[in-house]
Amino acid sequence: MLEHYLSLFISAVFVENMALAFFLGMCTFLAVSKKVSSAIGLGIAVIVVLAITVPVNNLILTYLLEEGALTWTGISGAENIDLSFLGLLSYIGVIAALVQILEMFLDKFVPSLYNALGVFLPLITVNCAILGGTLFMVERNYNFGESVVYGAGAGMGWALAIAALAGIREKLKYSDVPAGLQGLGITFITVGLMSLGFMSFSGIQL
Amino acid sequence: MSAATPKGVLITPIFKNNPIALQILGICSALAVTSSMSVSLVMALAVIAVTAFSNLFVSLIRNHIPSSIRIIVQMTIIASLVIVVDQVLKAYAYEMSKQLSVFVGLIITNCIVMGRAEAFAMQNGPVLSFLDGVGNGLGYGVILMIVGFFRELLGSGSLFGVTILTPVQDGGWYVPNGLMLLPPSAFFVIGLLIWVLRSVQPEQVEENEFKMKENTQPKEAV
Repeated sequence: MLEHYLSLFISAVFVENMALAFFLGMCTFLAVSKKVSSAIGLGIAVIVVLAITVPVNNLILTYLLEEGALTWTGISGAENIDLSFLGLLSYIGVIAALVQILEMFLDKFVPSLYNALGVFLPLITVNCAILGGTLFMVERNYNFGESVVYGAGAGMGWALAIAALAGIREKLKYSDVPAGLQGLGITFITVGLMSLGFMSFSGIQL
Repeated sequence: MSAATPKGVLITPIFKNNPIALQILGICSALAVTSSMSVSLVMALAVIAVTAFSNLFVSLIRNHIPSSIRIIVQMTIIASLVIVVDQVLKAYAYEMSKQLSVFVGLIITNCIVMGRAEAFAMQNGPVLSFLDGVGNGLGYGVILMIVGFFRELLGSGSLFGVTILTPVQDGGWYVPNGLMLLPPSAFFVIGLLIWVLRSVQPEQVEENEFKMKENTQPKEAV
């Protein structure tokens, strides 16, 4: 059992890296990777939010949306209700609400962490990595335990990628890049090379 | 963004102010679905539909949205539209919707849709907003098709599934470049595309933060 979770975790971090294999969260990935410190801050925020939202959405799917999920309410005919078409709307609502709650919670109880993450939390609602994590969970039919592991792993993979890219970009700004490639262009090429590097993990199977 | 004529609103985002190449918006899905032309075409159509109609609806009710909850209102409109697109695809193009997998759902978080609703539809009338949505969707679609063109042609020697360059396995001469079908190539193609666009329009080139002084020998500069 443990091996199963470990292998899921490793594959979520390295093999199926959110940013480099599925291109998720690219907008923020490219915009906030100019400095290592802010990249790490955003990375941690993504880990936290993914690790919470994916399991919560998993519960919502299992107990509210799936076909027959409402059976526990005991209402007659509830076992025939299939609300899965409302999925997208509820997931994005859950994500937006959770990010907001997390922000208020941190502000109240862990002000130091709030100051470090504060700017990045609102950004995260529209980060496709978060919604993507949930959608992959739905598509692959993960159960609750798997969704916890997958959420945390996917977040860590994303954080790892953005921290690495920020490190490279910090050095890169001193180099002499052709005019047209300046900035965005060379960043794309760099990310491409990183993605190529991460592909070498694809054979890993625990 | 000063051009408020219907034609200008429709045309500018396609080349001059392309959402992907210039504003770095909505790249997530642009990269993932471009390994074949037909998938990119469906994705482009889906995004055009969602951007155009979300702009239209947001613009229709723009005077009734309290500004403190406008993001949630826009989000709801967009999410509902994406659900419609998703259901239509599942009903009429099931194979295609399997290939697009989660990326249809991810149109919700596509920054182009949100960005246009927020930046344009909140200030302009419904007709102009609709055209702006179509224009930005087209700008996105054009990049998607270009990237898809190179990736499918070089990766499997075909376009829209029709063989153009006969691969070696079938007795032809073309050795397919398998890398083109893998994720990294999408980054390379877009990077090079941006290089081309910016060479054509030099005013789009970003300033170098740490410019080397003229006539400096590399070893002095260190």
